[in-house]
Amino acid sequence: MWVYVGRRLLLAIPTLLGTSIIVFAMVHLAPGDPIAAVMPAESSQAEIEATKRAYGFDRPLPVQYLVWLGRVARGDLGKSIATRRPVVLDVRDAFANSLVLALSSSLVAFGLGGVLGLLAAFRQGRVVDKLASAIAVVGVSVPHYWAGIILIIVFSVQLNWLPAMGSANDPGFVEYLRHIALPTVALALIPLGVITRVVRSAALDILNQEFVVALRAKGLAARRVFTHVVKNAAPQILTVLGLQFGFQLGGSVLVEAVFSWPGTGYLLNLAIFQRDIPVLQGVILVLATFFVLLNLAVDLAQTVIDPRIARQ
Amino acid sequence: MAATVALGEVPVVVAAPMSYWRTVRWRLARDRATLLAGGVLALIVLSALLAPWLAPYDPTAGSIRLRLAPVGAPGHVLGTDEQGRDMLSRLLWGGRMTLVAGLTPVLVAFVLGAGLGVLAGYLGGIANTLIMRTMDVFYAFPSVLLAIAISGALGPGLANTLLSLSIVFVPRVVRVAESATVQVKSLEYIAAARASGAGVRAIVRHHLLANVLGPILVFSSTQVSLSIILAAGLSFLGLGVTPPAAEWGLMLNTLRQSIYVNALVPALPGLAIFVTSMAFNLLSDGLRDAMEIRG
Repeated sequence: MWVYVGRRLLLAIPTLLGTSIIVFAMVHLAPGDPIAAVMPAESSQAEIEATKRAYGFDRPLPVQYLVWLGRVARGDLGKSIATRRPVVLDVRDAFANSLVLALSSSLVAFGLGGVLGLLAAFRQGRVVDKLASAIAVVGVSVPHYWAGIILIIVFSVQLNWLPAMGSANDPGFVEYLRHIALPTVALALIPLGVITRVVRSAALDILNQEFVVALRAKGLAARRVFTHVVKNAAPQILTVLGLQFGFQLGGSVLVEAVFSWPGTGYLLNLAIFQRDIPVLQGVILVLATFFVLLNLAVDLAQTVIDPRIARQ
Repeated sequence: MAATVALGEVPVVVAAPMSYWRTVRWRLARDRATLLAGGVLALIVLSALLAPWLAPYDPTAGSIRLRLAPVGAPGHVLGTDEQGRDMLSRLLWGGRMTLVAGLTPVLVAFVLGAGLGVLAGYLGGIANTLIMRTMDVFYAFPSVLLAIAISGALGPGLANTLLSLSIVFVPRVVRVAESATVQVKSLEYIAAARASGAGVRAIVRHHLLANVLGPILVFSSTQVSLSIILAAGLSFLGLGVTPPAAEWGLMLNTLRQSIYVNALVPALPGLAIFVTSMAFNLLSDGLRDAMEIRG
C-alpha cells in the first residue's frame, strides 16, 4: 500500500506544475497589455516601461515563469494591480468565506442526497424512488444562478424573510445563518442531484450482488443488511463526495455573484472586470491547488477504506 | 418480422432477433419521458431557427414608455424587459445564441476528443502518456472555474466563450474515448482481425470506431446540458455574448435589477435555460438506456 501511496504522491507533482503553467499562461492569453490597461491614460511610454520592469514583464517568458513560481512557492502571490494590497491577503479572506459556504452547502447536499439516494435504492420503483429521480434530474439541469435569483424573488422580495445580499458585518450567529441560507440552497442544488443519483446507483449495484441475497437468505435483519450495503458502496460514493466538494468551492463563482457573497468567486469576478491579473492568477492557483490536493486526499482515503484499490 | 406459432392453444409471438439499431429505435419509441423531452427540444430548436419569422418585434428595439410590462400585456404576450424590448422576441432570438454557444463546444469536443482519445488508446505507450497527462492537467480545475478563468483572461465575446468551453469539454471526451478504445482493443476479435491480415486503417475504421463511437456519443450528449448552463452562465457574468444581442444568460443578468418591480418577467430567460437543459438531460438518459451503455 505504501508503494501506491508514494506513487500517487509523486504523480501529483507534474499535475501541480502543469496547473501552475496554465495559470501563468493566462496572463499572456489576455489581449492587450496588462500594464497599459491599468496605467492612467496620460502616463508616458517611459512610465509604462518602468512599471513593466517593476512587475518583471520585460523579461523572457520562461524566466518570468520561474521567478513567479519561486515567489509562489514562498507564499508570495504578488500585489493587486488595482488595490496594491498583497494578493495573498485578499485570497485568504475570500477563501475562508468560500470554504464556509462550500461546507454548509455540502452538508445540505450530502445529507439530503445520501438519504434520498439510499431510500430510492431500497424502495426501488416506489414513490420515493420516483421523487429521487425527479430531484436528481432537476438538480443537474437547473442553472443554479437562476435558482439563486428565484430564491431571492421568493424569500427576499415577496416574503421578506431572508436577506438577498452578502454577509453582514459582525453579524452574530443567527444573522450569519440568515445570510448564508439562500446561497447555501442555491449552491447545494447541483451536488444534491448528482449525489442522489450516484448513491442510488451505487447502493443498487451492491443490492443486486449475490452476497446480499445470501445475507437476506440467512435471515439477517434488514438493518444489518443496510449496514453491509452502505459499507460496500462507500468507496465509490466517497470519490464523488470529494469531487463535489471541490466543485462547490471552485464553482461557486456564479452563486457568489448572485448573492454578493465575499468569497473567491466574487473576488475572481471583480478581478476579471478590473483586469487585475495578479488577483485572477492568485485565486485560480489557490483553488486549483486545493482541488488537486483534495483529489489526492480522496484517493488515499479510498485505499485505506478499500485495500483492493492499491493492489490494482 | 414476427410469426405466430400455435403452442397448445395459446398463440405465442416469436420475434426474429432485431438488429442493434432497430432495438435501440424500438426502445426509444416506447420511452415516454424521452419522447416528450425530444418533442420539447424539437420545439425549442425549431422556434430558435424560425426566430426571424416568429418574433413579433425587433429583439433589440425598445421603447422607454413600455419598460417592464407584465406578462400578458397587450401586444407583448410575455411582457417587456428593462429597456422596453419585447420579451417573446428576445427569448426566441436568445435561444439561437444560447443553443449555438452551448452546442458548438460539445460538438468540437466530440470530434477532437474522439480523435485524440482513440489515438491515445490505440497507440498506447509514449503517445498515450503524453496525451493523457496533458488532459489530466485540465482536470485539476473544476469545470466552472476553468471556463470562467479562460473567458476572464480572454475577455468577453461569443468566440471566446466557444473557445473556453471547448477547452473544458475536450479533456472529458478524450478520457472516455481513450478508456473505451483500450477496452475494445484488448478484445479477441481485434486480434483475430489483425491475424487475418487486416491493416491498421481497416481495423480502426471497421472494428474500433464502430464500437467506441456509441459510448463517446452518449457521453458527449450528457455534456450538452452542462455546456448550455455554463455558456449562459458566462454571459450572465458579462463574459459571453455582448449587449444588445439577446442571449438567455445575458437577459437574466440585465433583468436581475428589476425583480423588485416585476418578479415574473426576469425569471423567464432562466426558465428557458432550465427547460432546455432538462430536455437535453432526459434525452441523453433515454439514449443511454436505449443503447445499453453504462456510466
